[in-house]
Amino acid sequence: MEDINAIALLQDPVRRRLYEYVVAQGREVGRNEAAEAAGVARTLAAHHLDRLTEGGLLESGSRRLTGRSGPGAGRPAKVYTRARAERSVSLPARDYRTAAELLAEAAEQAGLDAGLCAAARRRGEALRGSATPCGDLDEAVAMLATRGYEPHLEGAGSGEGATTEPVVRMRNCPFHAVAERFPPLVCGMNLALLEGLLGTDGAVRARMDARPGECCVVVENSKNNDD
Amino acid sequence: MTASAHAAHLAQLNVATLRHPLDDPRVAPFVEMLDPVNAAADGAPGFVWRLVEDGEADATGLRPAGEDVIVNLSVWETQEALWDFAYRSGHLEVMRRRRDWFARHVEAHLVLWWVPAGHVPTVGEALERLADLRAHGPSPRAFTFASSYTAAQAAPDLQAVPPTL
Repeated sequence: MEDINAIALLQDPVRRRLYEYVVAQGREVGRNEAAEAAGVARTLAAHHLDRLTEGGLLESGSRRLTGRSGPGAGRPAKVYTRARAERSVSLPARDYRTAAELLAEAAEQAGLDAGLCAAARRRGEALRGSATPCGDLDEAVAMLATRGYEPHLEGAGSGEGATTEPVVRMRNCPFHAVAERFPPLVCGMNLALLEGLLGTDGAVRARMDARPGECCVVVENSKNNDD
Repeated sequence: MTASAHAAHLAQLNVATLRHPLDDPRVAPFVEMLDPVNAAADGAPGFVWRLVEDGEADATGLRPAGEDVIVNLSVWETQEALWDFAYRSGHLEVMRRRRDWFARHVEAHLVLWWVPAGHVPTVGEALERLADLRAHGPSPRAFTFASSYTAAQAAPDLQAVPPTL
């Protein structure tokens, strides 16, 4: 029951704020920064961050936050990132992961990609219900956040000459474990689900643009894509 | 000699049976993606080598496994590097649409095996590994992503292949 203990660590509201802040940055976070973000003193933040590390929810390392090295660069600071391990608790015990893997394996062997994508697209449309297609990227971010994708807007309002169009990238794949075992099948399913959720003839569109460590899909403004 | 991560590289072969000839309009989206995806492979972290036909940009003209079967043969520093390219780059989009262009293989169509760093695998050697996987299932000699072996586990096999570079 290690998982239930790890998850129970998040019941403390300060610890939870710290955890959520570190996770949302998608990079190493120092103690000072986390303390400031959570609105608590540095020593209290340090205590809770170390508890989260002991519980296996965060990983810690040390780095010189100044970016300098050599003599005079200062002591390395302790930094935290999200632990890669996945935690889940089901009461009573249920095992949907194994069911998903077996179904994916059978679908892969039978070549059922098209049927799976059609079902995913229908599910996405059903989840959207009577709502019109997603209106803009901010709306997409809000919708993707509720579905656990951990979206963030990239390239918005920055960059010289404003050459980079804003896109929504996602730090989390809700289907990670199955996607790692059957990437083309499950990533294709994920794209179809998102196409259904966002709508395919609205202001934004989903496109596959896989990168290491992220969701395989990006969401962008439809008008950018006449190429 | 021990087979550390530095002494061994990962070779991969995959075969794909075309549903239509390469100049058929139905396969055009695949052909259009060949150059950018191959360029992405050449620039990918951990990429070592890939098979190309003499004077060509890719190996689609070589048909060592059958008239309508194209082959992909490449070498990578680590299994993670190959995985990230195959499934976490523009290549994933090609994979997603594979059923549009390629017939479904009942037998294994991808094989991985370790080679001594510097060794360039031949097409014949690669097809032997695929045959080995198909005949005997995954082993340190020939395996898949789902049933992989480390270079250390493949060490006895590695020493049997002399480096060619």
